[in-house]
Amino acid sequence: MNNSIEEHASKPFIKRLLGHRLTFPLVVLLVVVIQNIITTPNFFDISIRNGFLSGYIPNILDEASELVIVTLGMTLVIAVSGGVDLSVGAVMAIAASFCGLMLNGAEYRTDVFHNPYGLALLVGLLGGGLCGAFNGFLVSRLKIQPMIATLILYTAGRSIAKQITHGQTIYIMNPVYKYLGVQIPGVPIRTTIIISVSIVILVVLLVRLTSLGLYVQSVGINNSASRLVGLNSRRVTFMAFVLCGVLAGAAGLVGSSSVGSVNSGELGLTIEMDAILAVALGGNNLFGGKFSIAGSVIGAYTIQAITTTLYAMNVRADQLNVFKAIIIIVIIVASSPVFKEKITRMTRTVFSRKVSLGGLSDERQ
Amino acid sequence: MNTIQQEQKNPSLTMNGIGKSFPGVRALHDVDFYLRRGEIHALMGENGAGKSTLIKVLTGVFSMDTGSVRLDGDPLLIRSPQDAQRHGISTVYQEVNLCPNLTVAENLFLGWEPRKMGLIDWKQMNLKAAELLRELNISADPTAQLDSCSIAIQQMIAIARAVNTECSFLILDEPTSSLDADEVEQLFTLMRQLKDNGVGIIFITHFIEQVYEVCDRITVLRNGELVGEFEVEKLPRLALVTKMMGKEIDNLSELSVDTDESRFEGEIPIVEARNLTSDASKVAPFDLKMYAGEVVGFGGLLGSGRSELVRAIYGADKATQGQLLIKGKNVKIKNPLDAMKHGMAYLPEDRKVDGIFEDLSVRENIIIALQAKHGMFKRMSRKEMEKYADEYIALLNIKTSNIETPIKTLSGGNQQKVILARWLLTNPEFMILDEPTRGIDVGTKTEIQKLILKLAGEGKSVAFISSEMDEMLRTCSRMVVMRDRRKVRELTQGQLNQNTIMRTIAGGEEDNE
Repeated sequence: MNNSIEEHASKPFIKRLLGHRLTFPLVVLLVVVIQNIITTPNFFDISIRNGFLSGYIPNILDEASELVIVTLGMTLVIAVSGGVDLSVGAVMAIAASFCGLMLNGAEYRTDVFHNPYGLALLVGLLGGGLCGAFNGFLVSRLKIQPMIATLILYTAGRSIAKQITHGQTIYIMNPVYKYLGVQIPGVPIRTTIIISVSIVILVVLLVRLTSLGLYVQSVGINNSASRLVGLNSRRVTFMAFVLCGVLAGAAGLVGSSSVGSVNSGELGLTIEMDAILAVALGGNNLFGGKFSIAGSVIGAYTIQAITTTLYAMNVRADQLNVFKAIIIIVIIVASSPVFKEKITRMTRTVFSRKVSLGGLSDERQ
Repeated sequence: MNTIQQEQKNPSLTMNGIGKSFPGVRALHDVDFYLRRGEIHALMGENGAGKSTLIKVLTGVFSMDTGSVRLDGDPLLIRSPQDAQRHGISTVYQEVNLCPNLTVAENLFLGWEPRKMGLIDWKQMNLKAAELLRELNISADPTAQLDSCSIAIQQMIAIARAVNTECSFLILDEPTSSLDADEVEQLFTLMRQLKDNGVGIIFITHFIEQVYEVCDRITVLRNGELVGEFEVEKLPRLALVTKMMGKEIDNLSELSVDTDESRFEGEIPIVEARNLTSDASKVAPFDLKMYAGEVVGFGGLLGSGRSELVRAIYGADKATQGQLLIKGKNVKIKNPLDAMKHGMAYLPEDRKVDGIFEDLSVRENIIIALQAKHGMFKRMSRKEMEKYADEYIALLNIKTSNIETPIKTLSGGNQQKVILARWLLTNPEFMILDEPTRGIDVGTKTEIQKLILKLAGEGKSVAFISSEMDEMLRTCSRMVVMRDRRKVRELTQGQLNQNTIMRTIAGGEEDNE
């Protein structure tokens, strides 16, 4: 335990580990998982029920899917503008309403598709993209603060969605509609998991294979220098918002499909706050600049894992937010620069070694 | 105003032996400054001369390390700007420090509103404001919202506010830099009136003509030290510039730059500007020809329009008038990307604000301009990027632990080299280098000067802006001189000596030549 040579040798590694941007989100996720191992012995159990994989972990992956998709867009918007997109939840409702209108026609409950399913999905995504373009125009052209600009659709979006569906919740009874949000017959994994993972991969590819990631970071870090090196910072900002809108649209389609209806008052309600939180948990700078898709995704899954854990611990739904708030306060404080600096200073003292060793032995219990 | 009575006792503000150091920098050393009531006193000096430090010491923003301040012979200890105001020392900054969405009267009386039964007496306030404005001949409506007034009027309202608080000393920090000629004249009228009322005014400006128009005395600082205090009539413009830049006029140590004057005859210039200007720059329309293989210096004092001129060419400020020709062909440059596609590169004056992406790596900072030129969907491969980064790190001898280090951890000189690498990588034909050697160590300076000559040798055309005359003389074969936002002259080889350059920069004596 007190082998000083080993400790000495491991110091640069620890320093590197502490410095890595993904360390913090991973540690948080790990803590949540460990907590589950202690309190919920069957946490890792996976069984096949009703024809698909079931258990805590598949559940978390499933229920987090909307949040994960929305968080991807939020990450880009925050990175490029240093501001947030408050309208993502409302945009989910709008996109789903477009899709529902295409499928149901004027009927509020039917099992016949009025248009091809694929076309309806496309129109839904387009609706999301339009909303994003509107936000992007306000921010990039009119230079309105992102939070204020997106407040417009945040406020009006659900009303607009209601108008699209003629003021009703519409039910899409055709079982094919649930392929997207529940399960495709014969596939043992929930479609939401497949879709969210695929979208994550797509966005990562988009960021990696094009220069979008570099451009977004450059504009987010230094707008005036970006212009001088030949970047069109307006266009980059605009694109980030459009992408965020399309992704919110996709999340809306998944969400509506999983319940088989379009309820514009409920779909994606308060998801914007979770998405912002996920970006923060992912170690991203909320003032813009460098971002990490991986961090954000981990952040999103962590938030869902916390929710699921609390339910597993028999916390009632009405108490849930209180517990969540407490956990989040702890996490945010722990990730604040002031606290981190304190910790770094403490790790230099002997006292800190005891703490970290104590932490290790805790895990072994 | 009881200031007139005080003036009769000939009181004044005296600063003696002021010294102030910051970690690693000696900003002021043994500086004396003497301000009388009823005079306008110019405080002159180039970048880093210590003007603003001196003002900040006087107004209590900084505490001084050594020296003393006396008001009318009595020692004065100023702890804060509020303290300074209590002693009658007010400052009006270049950026108007008022509330644009309040009325003129509210701005004038903010903090000492006339009150009746604890509430603001609006009627009284507007009356008082109108009276004050009339007294100072400022044509503004007290009930108008401040941002409906022109910048000049806003500036004057800021002054009126300062004067209203029983101020006997007024500091004007570059008040004229965003005003046009008429507005400057209005401001000067106000300044003269305040002077007649017995107010002592410190006037900081970059415009030499304005100093000669309105000031009584000049104090010149250089590198944190006092050069001297002079009466305006007894200090010719040329002598002033000489004192500011610290060169002796008879020290004719010119270096011979071996260029043939007729070398470019018949050649098509790489870049030619005809009657070009941009709104943002406020530079008078100018003509300019840049040829392959030459280094052209852009001289002039700070604020003379050197940077603004080149920004108009590069499209950093959008041109609003005139033509730009690249190799004889008329082109439209709408933004920097257009300029880059026509073979231009621009190293901006302010490295931190306009140059580096501080959290991005050295590699990303190097390839960003070339990548922007390629476009978003033609991403360079990681290998290609690394190859370029390695190549230029070796070429320019950039000291960094590796190519993935964030640029902000590098020293200033190495950051500047990274930006040079960024532009060299785009293989430009015309390079604009605005103060590439500012704030970097001597060794790197020499390296960059050598690089500039090498680039010209390779047939590139270089526009080189520097505040250091030696550096320009060493590298340039031609020099464009700017004064008060106007291109006043081009000096060619035979005229490239300190004497002529100083004369041209100082101006006001062209009639004699």
